[in-house]
Amino acid sequence: MSSIAIGLRENKAVRLWDSTNGKKAVMAVSGFILFLFVLGHMLGNLQVFEGPAQFNRYAQLLRTLPEGLWAVRIILLIMVVLHIVAAVQLALRKRTARPIGYAKRKPIGSTYASRTMYWSGPIIFAFIVYHLLDLTSGNLNPNFIEGDVYHNVIASFSNPFVSAWYIFAMVLLAFHLRHGLWSMFNSLGLTHPRYTPALRRAATFFAVVIFLGFISVPIGVLTGIVK
Amino acid sequence: MRLILRIWRQKNRNTKGKFARYEVNDVNPDMSMLECLDVLNEDLARRGKEPVAFEHDCREGICGSCGFMINGVAHGPLSGTTVCQLTMRHFKDGEELILEPWRARAFPLVKDLAVDRNAFDRIIAAGGYISISTGSAPDGNAIPVSKERADAAMDAAQCIGCGACVAACPNASASLFTGAKITHLGLLPQGQPERDLRAVRMVTQMNLEQFGQCTNIGECVAVCPKLIPIEVIGRMNHDYIAGSMREPEAGEA
Ligand code: HEM
Ligand code: FES
Repeated sequence: MSSIAIGLRENKAVRLWDSTNGKKAVMAVSGFILFLFVLGHMLGNLQVFEGPAQFNRYAQLLRTLPEGLWAVRIILLIMVVLHIVAAVQLALRKRTARPIGYAKRKPIGSTYASRTMYWSGPIIFAFIVYHLLDLTSGNLNPNFIEGDVYHNVIASFSNPFVSAWYIFAMVLLAFHLRHGLWSMFNSLGLTHPRYTPALRRAATFFAVVIFLGFISVPIGVLTGIVK
Repeated sequence: MRLILRIWRQKNRNTKGKFARYEVNDVNPDMSMLECLDVLNEDLARRGKEPVAFEHDCREGICGSCGFMINGVAHGPLSGTTVCQLTMRHFKDGEELILEPWRARAFPLVKDLAVDRNAFDRIIAAGGYISISTGSAPDGNAIPVSKERADAAMDAAQCIGCGACVAACPNASASLFTGAKITHLGLLPQGQPERDLRAVRMVTQMNLEQFGQCTNIGECVAVCPKLIPIEVIGRMNHDYIAGSMREPEAGEA
């Protein structure tokens, strides 16, 4: 590139999406909406500790309004697609931005979680696909009983491999959120030096809460607290 | 003291480069890294060999000309320092140092440790200015600026454009540099008229130059010789997003 950009793209939305910054803003918004869902999902899951009647009633409740259920599903699907399309495009961009790598490179200012966003993300995606086939559609769950959500959860998590894979995915989700929940503020331009330490602490806090909330279910099943 | 330098040697962009190993025996601990290379180069020249090319000018950490990777860290191990200000006493006698040029598609190699950073100049030219009437100097304090804003603007204005942020970023992003420029002009009253357009144009130029995206991981901040804070990137994103919404679309203006 040797000349200076003067012409700007015609359409504002296209112009934003065209830039790496615009894609990051889309990732931040979609990531935040996915986080809200994940938080709600985690809180809902905790009702498994209140026994089969309560847990199945809750699951039933979510299905009383099919239009509402599908509206939420479609919004989440759009968010996942936007988040992933941006992630893939940026991952390709990152490779072309440095065609010749360093012989030696030492990270000195970043966290492990932040450096592995492009790994944790795709593994979380693989987990989401598995998770839907396991507990929503039941295709991968040999003991699946349509409508008996409590039974299905126990049937799945009684297998230590399923529980281990679940817990592993939650570790990665916690890493993803530990960096992402702070990073999204900078991507949207909502940071100020005074609040950065608090934002980072809040991101770590929510990542840990989500992690503990989710893994309490397989651990409950494996230890026999939930049966 | 004695040092072993493994330096990237490459004649020009079209030839293949490789590391060459040099022993420098008479290093004074009070020398800067660049002076250490001067000693090596004098020796190479005496022996009729090609000296190592590197950029430098002020040698006091204010011009932004110098810079290369030392053992995988831009500007070397000392925080808040350029290589011209990095003294050899920070290394151990007999230590081996790997010197590599900044690596980014947007910074094509010139020779050895020198790279072409004109991409930064083009980002500045795209919008890093303010329009004011020149002529006689304005009265002092005619334009009030709060202390907090002035401080933040001056912190950002410290950027010397050395390129270490790009070099250290795993994505070769120029966000800390561009963010610093947008922040220092955008925080002051004189910078307000062009604030939207400036952010849109500088960010557009930054992306056209093939720098990578920002992941907000903070490697840039850790190597910045002027310790520019990461929030300048947030400010750039804010002004860019807001400016993109407000600036007329092409054809509308
Ligand atoms: C429950 C699911 C997920 C949540 C809550 C989530 C949340 C987030 C958040 C909040 C960010 C920060 C955005 C920013 O820096 O502006 C982020 C970044 C990222 N996400 Fe996700 N994410 C999820 C799933 C995924 C998936 C499935 C992928 C990939 C296939 C992915 C890939 C990435 C990548 C690569 C980044 C870093 C982008 C960058 O900084 O350049 N994420 N995520
Ligand atoms: S030579 Fe000027 S900053 Fe190093």
